[in-house]
Amino acid sequence: MTIDNIMNRIQIKLKEDKKLLSIYFTAGYPNINDTVTIIQNLEKNGVDMIEIGLPFSDPLADGPTIQASSTQALKNGMTTEVLFNQLKDIRKTVNIPLVIMGYFNPMLQYGVEAFCAKCQEIGIDGLIIPDLPVDVYHEEYKAIFEKHGLINVFLITPQTSVERINYIDSISNGFIYIVSSASTTGAKSGFGDEQTNYFKRIANMNLNNPQIVGFGISNNETFAQATQYAKGAIIGSAFIKYLTNNGVDKIDSFVKQILT
Amino acid sequence: MSYNINKKGYYGKFGGAFIPEMLYPNVEELRQNYLKVMAEPEFKKEFNQLLKDYVGRPSPLYFAKRLSEKYNTKIYLKREDLNHTGAHKINNTIGQILMAMRLGKTRIIAETGAGQHGVATATVCALMGLECIVYMGDIDIARQAPNVARMKMLGAEVRPALSGSRTLKDATNEAIRDWINNPVNTHYIIGSVVGPHPYPDMVARFQSVVSEEIQWQLKEQEGSSKPDYVVACIGGGSNAAGVYYHYLDDEDVKLIAVEAAGKGVDSGASAATSVLGKEGIIHGSKTLLMQTKDGQITEPYSISAGLDYPGVGPMHAHLYKSGRAEFISITDDDAMTAGLEMCKLEGIIPAIETSHALAVFDKKQFNKNDIVVVSLSGRGDKDLDTYINHFKL
Repeated sequence: MTIDNIMNRIQIKLKEDKKLLSIYFTAGYPNINDTVTIIQNLEKNGVDMIEIGLPFSDPLADGPTIQASSTQALKNGMTTEVLFNQLKDIRKTVNIPLVIMGYFNPMLQYGVEAFCAKCQEIGIDGLIIPDLPVDVYHEEYKAIFEKHGLINVFLITPQTSVERINYIDSISNGFIYIVSSASTTGAKSGFGDEQTNYFKRIANMNLNNPQIVGFGISNNETFAQATQYAKGAIIGSAFIKYLTNNGVDKIDSFVKQILT
Repeated sequence: MSYNINKKGYYGKFGGAFIPEMLYPNVEELRQNYLKVMAEPEFKKEFNQLLKDYVGRPSPLYFAKRLSEKYNTKIYLKREDLNHTGAHKINNTIGQILMAMRLGKTRIIAETGAGQHGVATATVCALMGLECIVYMGDIDIARQAPNVARMKMLGAEVRPALSGSRTLKDATNEAIRDWINNPVNTHYIIGSVVGPHPYPDMVARFQSVVSEEIQWQLKEQEGSSKPDYVVACIGGGSNAAGVYYHYLDDEDVKLIAVEAAGKGVDSGASAATSVLGKEGIIHGSKTLLMQTKDGQITEPYSISAGLDYPGVGPMHAHLYKSGRAEFISITDDDAMTAGLEMCKLEGIIPAIETSHALAVFDKKQFNKNDIVVVSLSGRGDKDLDTYINHFKL
């Protein structure tokens, strides 16, 4: 059986008949060695998928919360190598899909092929790279990602044209990441009609790939709004803030208040 | 071989648009329109009129007699320091504000390091009556107080960049984030030949007026439009792009790029990107940049606030890698000495950025009959405090 025929954990998860909760955290924050604890606690408390943020010095698409956590994580000594070492036995204890989210330059320095091979070896299921453009991925890297069984996730925004959404859908093989509004990451004051109509508009396009909403989801209410039309939602900044205030021991109550 | 940009937005293997999807519509709108707009006769007319009447172009090409005697070669200075606002920066901001207005934008954002590009942007926004927000690292705000005051007098809002290392690269990040959050009404006036395609090409084209003038000015004075050498300092590289532009593909004309070595290329406090940088991605462009082994972008150093950018425009990365341009790095001390020499020999106080280019004559021997054009990219008024402290004046 070739790698293409094995269903990726993300693809299996997307077939479950439920709304999916995905959580983002920055690796190396609050403390350098929290990575595995955070992942295990999130899974134990019912989270469906995890995005592990590989910190970058210049995170263009991120708001103040994730910027600050990235700066701290780098100060704590997080690097690509350190993260891969921390994750080397993760599949002995964790079964849910794991995605690495990071900017392209650190991956480029590691070597894209080497990075993908390492992800496969560890059991990473997908990558989200906000500053790797769709066309460059398509022409230069798609074959490498597929060779290593990795799903690449693309973003769309309220300004993305129908034509471009269809193009992105055609080269995706997991889910499409819906950015809730024209913004960097971080909590807004809830979603209005504008967002709801946008989620609905995308849902009505009947795309091949399910959609998961991110940016601006912070609690039970915004999670419910985001998943009314989409398959799932991603929470990042709100979780980072929670970790800042409560540390890694009380992750259960954070997840509970989202899922109740 | 062409050293100019190709259809896909690359100079050799450098350039492109490595941007988050949130920026795609803004950058794509610009990409689809910039050449069309720049080719419109009305646009050209307005641009040229403003360059003439408002900026004061053409800037003189001045034969520096005493400097030439000292170094036993023929040195011409392209006097961009005589432009309104005191540097070449205004050529680009005039072009981009007209572009923004053609695209129906009503709000302008910019980044600035030392404040020169911020002042040039605030100036054209005042001229056109558009809202202007300039991002500046809060460390730079503290050390460049006069330029902060100038921007405020011109009606701009100066917003501190508090993230990362709180200098130019972070101000650029903040401007990009602002653009993500304001995708419809806002135009981002980038100050150099950096950023995602089409910025490097658009800025180079607006700055290319400089080499266009050098061609006919030199023809008038020397009977030939071709110098033997063109010398410019490089931070991001808009000044160098402007003086090189019409000579890029004419290999009879040798190009020299002068980078800031800071306290020495190997001192750990330098901005010599060509030597210290590796291929990577910064602010949406694939180019050479200073970074850790792990791909984190590092903070450069130079006594000149206009040269301490951790990357370099993709055009220049290509000129370096292809060998088309010779790259020379000059330390703080050598630059300051050359700046003071220019004052004494020619009665011109240059910007410290420019002083780096002038230090080339001490490093490299030219022939007696060589014609060497140096871009005098800016005036030194803004740098008086640094000169005073350095020379204990």
